[in-house]
Amino acid sequence: MEKLDHLEQLLAERLAHIERQRLPDAVVLHVTPETLVATMLLLRDDPQLDCKQMIDLAGVHYPEREKAFEIVYQLLSVHKNHRLRVKLAVDEQTPVPSVTSVWWCADWFEREAYEMFGILFTGHPDLRRLLTDYDFEGFPLRKDYPLSGLSEVRYDPAQKRVIRQPIQMVHPNREPYPVNPA
Amino acid sequence: MTEQKEFQNYTVNFGPQHPAAHGVLRLLLDLDGEVVERADPHIGFLHRGTEKLLEHKTYLQGVPYFDRLDYMSMMSEEHTWVLAVEKLLGIQAPERAQYIRVIFAELTRILNHLLFLGAHGLDVGAMTMFIYAFREREEIFDMYEAASGARMHAAYFRPGGVARDLPEGLAERIKDFTDSFPSKIDEYETLLTDNRIWKQRLVDIGVVTPQEALDMGFAGPMLRASGFAWDLRKAEPYDAYDRVEFDIPVGKNGDSYDRYLVRVDEIRQSNRIIRQCLEQMKPGPVRYEDFKISPPYRKEMQRDMESLIHHFKLFSEGFKVPPGEVYLATESPKGEFGVYIISHGENKPYRVKIRAAGYNHLQAVKRMALGHMLADVTTLVGTIDIVFGEIDR
Repeated sequence: MEKLDHLEQLLAERLAHIERQRLPDAVVLHVTPETLVATMLLLRDDPQLDCKQMIDLAGVHYPEREKAFEIVYQLLSVHKNHRLRVKLAVDEQTPVPSVTSVWWCADWFEREAYEMFGILFTGHPDLRRLLTDYDFEGFPLRKDYPLSGLSEVRYDPAQKRVIRQPIQMVHPNREPYPVNPA
Repeated sequence: MTEQKEFQNYTVNFGPQHPAAHGVLRLLLDLDGEVVERADPHIGFLHRGTEKLLEHKTYLQGVPYFDRLDYMSMMSEEHTWVLAVEKLLGIQAPERAQYIRVIFAELTRILNHLLFLGAHGLDVGAMTMFIYAFREREEIFDMYEAASGARMHAAYFRPGGVARDLPEGLAERIKDFTDSFPSKIDEYETLLTDNRIWKQRLVDIGVVTPQEALDMGFAGPMLRASGFAWDLRKAEPYDAYDRVEFDIPVGKNGDSYDRYLVRVDEIRQSNRIIRQCLEQMKPGPVRYEDFKISPPYRKEMQRDMESLIHHFKLFSEGFKVPPGEVYLATESPKGEFGVYIISHGENKPYRVKIRAAGYNHLQAVKRMALGHMLADVTTLVGTIDIVFGEIDR
């Protein structure tokens, strides 16, 4: 608790213009695409805040909100032993400045947020899909994307290759008795 | 006069099916002769959508998914999940359960590092190591089985404690194991530590400076080998880690050899932690005794209607978790493994983000491989100790 109070104090002194939120176990900063990179640079380079590591970047989808996406950055200082959470709300059209210039490791995290949610990043060196298949379409972690997916992949004996088709969920062995075609 | 020949760079496709790729890694390497000029890891061949699936499962049903993330350190991953859920619920596991969890988390660390030693050895040509390491791994798998009924995917840790108490005799068996294990570690070290070939393959390969290590988001043994005495078990102690003594091994040069030494030393420390836990552990309950969260005892259920109802409700509907969010990280054998849960007060999480320990380490291969020979890429893939279950999620 004392640690969080101290951290909040430091943030109040240095980043008074950024909206702050205190949770039971964390301090959260709410930034906008305009203030993102400058804030992150300060968090990294200030000797007292010293957030030298970006630990995680999570996208969250809130379909009912006007700014439907939230990006949550988890920062860590290994010298001061504190963590900080930075949140950024954004809609589908507005691109977010990339923080790859601040932390090199943001590269894959942003690629993942892009492919899972369709959040766009500007200034990213290589914004390709990362985890999903090479010809995958859609943004699977959005709330309107069904759990079963939209397409399935199977080997087509006629074409002699693997094809992607709309999902049918056919389970040929599930019927206990074969249906008589006649 | 000798004839001048023009050589073009060429691209090698390393994997996805390659014995040294530790699973399904596709690594595109641009080579100039034998020197790597560009490395581009392609991941996701084991992507199962765990984060999406967890949004549709109750908190208890989420536990087995964590075994299957990093399938070489099963209980460590469960540990993170149950601690995060406990933090959201605002509860703490009983003392005995905390000790049991620490014992098994440390056994898991041994399990993982033994696989690292074996597979890394095999990659660079030390065949015997693999067989030695698997001898001890088998013993630990037997302990897993005795406690949980499963050799690998245990689902033993539960929100609020563990599934059941240790069976009779297991504590003694673990103690016997810790008695003999240090001499086994000495055996591994005689095989590798001063081995000339081993050192030729590892020393000065993939050097990571402290500055780079922070920038590339390293954690765990990878960060420690670059000279940081950073360990979440010390920095943010969870469960019984604040009641045991252990040292943090730290490397000097940040090369592959240091990472090997750090991991070997960590096994020794794990052994020490297990011994202390076994000494300090007292009999007592192993589950949080609120039957809205943990299942009622079998005996009660056979005579008490309320307990039966609780049991049914718990395993069908699950428990509700108050709204809020939590990021909780533990020191998994591979580094910082974290879970970020957003709860909207339902029986299922609204969003789960899993911070895989190996994600940043594999990403760093892009930078570490530059200027190294093709044969050293095998060393690099071995030294970062990756498992695709957690990276692809």
